[in-house]
This record gives sequence, structure tokens and C-alpha cells, in this order.
Amino acid sequence: MSADAPLIALERITKTYGMGDAMVRALDGVDLTIAAGDFVAIMGPSGSGKSTTMNILGCLDTPTSGHYRFKGVDVSGLNRDQRALLRRHYIGFVFQGYNLLPRTSALENVEMPLLYKGMAHDERRALALDALDKVGLADRAGHDPSELSGGQQQRVAIARAIVGRPAVIMADEPTGNLDTARSHEIMELLTRFNTEDGITIVMVTHEPDVAVFAHRQIHFLDGRIARDGATVEAV
Amino acid sequence: MLWQTVRLAVQAIFRNALRSILTVLGVVIGVAAVIAMVTVGQGSTEQVTSDVAKLGTNLLMVRPGQAQQGPQPGNPASAFNLRDVEAIATQLASVRAAAPADTRTMTVILGDQNHATQVVGTDSAYLTARDIPVVLGRSFYESELRSGAAVCLLGQTVRKELFGSGDPLGQSFRIKSISCRVIGVMAEQGVSTFGTDQDDFVLIPIRTFQRRIAGNADVTMIYVSVRDGVDTGVAKSQIESLLRERRHIGPGEEDDFNVFDMKQVATILTGITAVLTGLLSAVAAVSLLVGGIGIMNIMLVSVTERTREIGIRLAIGAQEGQVLLQFLVEAIVLSLLGGLLGILLGLGLAAIAAALMKIPFSPNPLVILLAFGFSAAVGVVFGYFPARRAARLDPIEALRHQ
Repeated sequence: MSADAPLIALERITKTYGMGDAMVRALDGVDLTIAAGDFVAIMGPSGSGKSTTMNILGCLDTPTSGHYRFKGVDVSGLNRDQRALLRRHYIGFVFQGYNLLPRTSALENVEMPLLYKGMAHDERRALALDALDKVGLADRAGHDPSELSGGQQQRVAIARAIVGRPAVIMADEPTGNLDTARSHEIMELLTRFNTEDGITIVMVTHEPDVAVFAHRQIHFLDGRIARDGATVEAV
Repeated sequence: MLWQTVRLAVQAIFRNALRSILTVLGVVIGVAAVIAMVTVGQGSTEQVTSDVAKLGTNLLMVRPGQAQQGPQPGNPASAFNLRDVEAIATQLASVRAAAPADTRTMTVILGDQNHATQVVGTDSAYLTARDIPVVLGRSFYESELRSGAAVCLLGQTVRKELFGSGDPLGQSFRIKSISCRVIGVMAEQGVSTFGTDQDDFVLIPIRTFQRRIAGNADVTMIYVSVRDGVDTGVAKSQIESLLRERRHIGPGEEDDFNVFDMKQVATILTGITAVLTGLLSAVAAVSLLVGGIGIMNIMLVSVTERTREIGIRLAIGAQEGQVLLQFLVEAIVLSLLGGLLGILLGLGLAAIAAALMKIPFSPNPLVILLAFGFSAAVGVVFGYFPARRAARLDPIEALRHQ
């Protein structure tokens, strides 16, 4: 992995589903570079290809053609387990529906990524508590997700995403289920991890007032990038 | 990591305690059946073996008449006499002791006590042949045997019936019109496999029996004990040829007597027990199979229910093998739990059965270990398919699952 390569570089990425007449072209030659430390919002109507892009960026899915270089390394051809390892060490996920394990305490939810890293119990516990503290939920460590509000659950999910010190957080509509006040709390947290810890953030959203937290907004339309530019605060 | 996986599995199982119990019920019943069957089977085999040993090790019983059941063809075979017994005892090197016997059921009377028992006319060799020690007093003297004295040895039941806890030695009681003096008491033999009291008998000298009870010189049974290290089959054929000669049975003619080997009984009984144990174990194995399918069914349901959890784990970086292991361990823990419950239940049932059937309770550690291993194997075999299904889920699809 070369140090001066961009964190993420997509080259002529296409993704198609189905065969023959039923073939759907979800991505149609996407070129995209994201530098380490950036905060990017991906926007666009449904069906525009933003979720597919997100899945490919998060190494949950593979492109039909084109190259995806992560820290300069081509990951397009990695198999399932190799991609799992990549996710484990470099990528944190935040989902719209929080996706915490039910009937499992906040602390254990946050510990889970460290478990797969093979970390010892005490170290795991300390790091998870620290992460919960950073999202302001240290006092809720023993609570089950069902005992937490939506905003709190999403904060636990963010703690789970950052606990392994990833290079990048993939946030898929992180505020989609929250009201404006909670949304702002979540965005402030993400901004803090971006500026203070230097974690790159790639976020899918269709809310313009959430997208303004990002430094850069990329609009998708029909499987291509329609617009890509810095956020203009004044708008 | 593995410990963590096991802990996770235990948590998942107890989260749905009732369902887990119902799921493993098949395995519980299967294992319990195997353990109970084998334990009871083993107990009864031990019982039979010790019963046969009690009857006298290497014991042969020679009777007049043919071995087959039902009416004998032609004239009834004549009884043996004391010279036949002496010939067997002195002419055959393979024979350790040969005892004559004639038996009647008679009432023994002392004061106002009376008791119906087996009166056996025999000699001292009877005690050697059947391996019964005299625990009180002494055996017959040679002079008493020769003269046909009115002396006797008591079995424990007769002693209790007539004398209670008192000392019977030197006392006299009546058998028919004979006044008989007690010279000894024999050791307790207990109840046989067939439920008969083996202590309900009285020994008197054979000449006394012939002269004063039977009124003839017949010997209706000869007990022969074979020397240690000699095959009972060899001794049996030697006795047969000796008796054929003495009873003038020509070549081609059938024996008019039979030699019964106690080992045959043991072999037959042990064989029956083994076959029964085998059959019931087969039934138990089917139950285990059904139990395994139950576990597979519930694991498949569990995988479907937890699709989203699997999606989260995969997204966070769990590899296929780790998810596979998680669900496999869960299935194994589940079936081991069933196995453990089954072993406890089976041992409990066997202990109750052993108490009721008055046989020794003898759990076999190997079988218990085997049952435990088998239930683990059920977990592996029937847990693998659901676990593989979980591991191969597409993380994107799984995360979308409601």
C-alpha cells in the first residue's frame, strides 16, 4: 500500500444485474477519488446508483468491471473472506436502521468488531468503553438496544464503527430514521471523528441539510456522477 | 475466540429456553434410552454371571432321560446308582468332584413350626461341586455317609423358619418320621435369576435318603464339577462315554441320559440379553436420528430469524468460517446439552430399574462417553447444513432482511 495513493479510487466502475433484456445497469462507468480525511456526501434519487456505489466502496459488493483501489491496492478481485478482512481492519459501518444486535448490551455491541480482530477480553472492554464515552453513552453501556432511543442507538452504532480505528466510515442514511435535532447530534459526532481522528467519512443521504456537514457532495443520476463539488456553506 | 463463540451459543440457547428444550428432547430421549438399556443390560448380564457362578463354577448336571422336552419315547430311562457316581469321581481325571443327589419336597417339623422344603440326599462332594461353604458347624463325616446317619445340613431359609435366630447346632427336627440332628448350616446363596430361593433346602446323607425316604437305591441327578483349566466340553464327552459304557448303550443308540452344562445357560442368557440390548439400542439410534433432524430444523429457523444479525456480523468483518463456527458450535452445544440431560435421565431410569429388578446398577463409563460423543456428532452432522447456509449469506441481502 503506497502512502501517497488516495484512500479510495474508483476507475470506470460498472455494475450490472441480471442478463440479456432484463439486464439493469446500476453503475455505468464511475470514476471517483476520495482522499484520506475527506468527508463526502453521496446524493441522488433512488435508483441512481448511490447505494450500489456505497456497497462497492464498503467492499460488501464487487463491481462487474473496472478497478477499485483502496490505499493503492486493487481490491476488485478479492474473494469474500479477503473482503471481510479488509472491512474488519479499515472500514466502519453506520446504517439507517442502526443494526445493533438485539438482546445484547451496548457495550457488547461495540465490542463485537474487536472480537473478530481477536483482541483479548480486557483490552476489548476498555476500548469499547472508551468508544461509548466518546459518543456520550458510557453510562448506558449495560443497556440493551431496546432500552435506548433511536438517537442513542445510532450513537452506539457509531461507537461500534469507530472502535476499531478504521480508515473510513461508510454511513448509509445515518439520519434517515431521526428527527432534526437527533440528526444534528449524529452529524456533529461524525464531523468530530472526521476532524479530530482523521477518519474519512463517506455518507449516503438525500437530505440537503444533512449533506451540508460534508466537505464534498457527489450527486448521482442514472448510474453516473452528475455533479461533484465542494459544499457551499452559504446555499 | 472459541470460548467467546461457546458463550455466545449458550446465550442464544438460553434466550429461547423452552424452544431449546423441545428441540433437544429427541436427543434426550435417544441418549436416555441407550444409556438405560445398556446399563440395565449390563446389570442383568452381571447378575446371570454371578448366579451361574453361585451354582458352582464349571458345573455339569447329569440326569437320566434324553435332553429333549416332552414325553420320552419307549421305557423311562433308569436312574443312576452310587457306583456310577463313584466311577465318574474316580476314573475321570478332569473331574474335581461328583456328587449324587435325589430330591423330594417334604415338610420339616420342629415343635409347632413346619415348613415345606427341598430335601436333598447327597454327600460332602455336593458342597464342593456347587461351591457352597459351611458357615456353621461341619460337613458330613465319612462314617455318617456310609452308615446313613440321621444328620443334616440346613440352608439359611430353613434355619430361619425352624430356629429363628437361635443356635440350631445339635438340635433335632423331624423330616417325615425321621428325627434329624443338625450338624451344620450352609452359606446364603440368595435369589436366582429365575426368582427361586436358593437357600430353601436341607442336605441329608444319600444313603439315609435312599433307605428312609425314597425306599430305593436310585440317584436321580449327579452334580459334577470340572477341574480348573479343563474345558467343560471335554469333561462332558468323557462323562458321556463312561456312562454309555456303564449303561450298555450300543453304538448308534441314543443316550438315555443327558449332561447339562451350566455354562450353556449362561451363554444363552447372556446372548438373549445382548440381542435385546442391541435391538433396543437400534431403536434408540433411530430416536437420536429423529432428534438430530429436530435440531437441524430449529437451527434452520434460527438462521432465518437471525439473518440480519448474520448480515451485521459479516459487514463488520466476520469471515465465512467464523459464522459457520458460530452456528455449528450452537448446534453442538445444543445437542451436547441434550446428551447430558439424556445421560442423567438414562442413569436415573437404570438405577430405578436396577432397584426394582434386584440387579446390580452398573453404569458403563465407555457407553456414557460414547453417548456423549454421539450427541456431539449429531450436533456436527445436523448443524453443519444450517451453519453453512448462514455463512454463505450475502451480507447486503442479509442486512436488508426484515
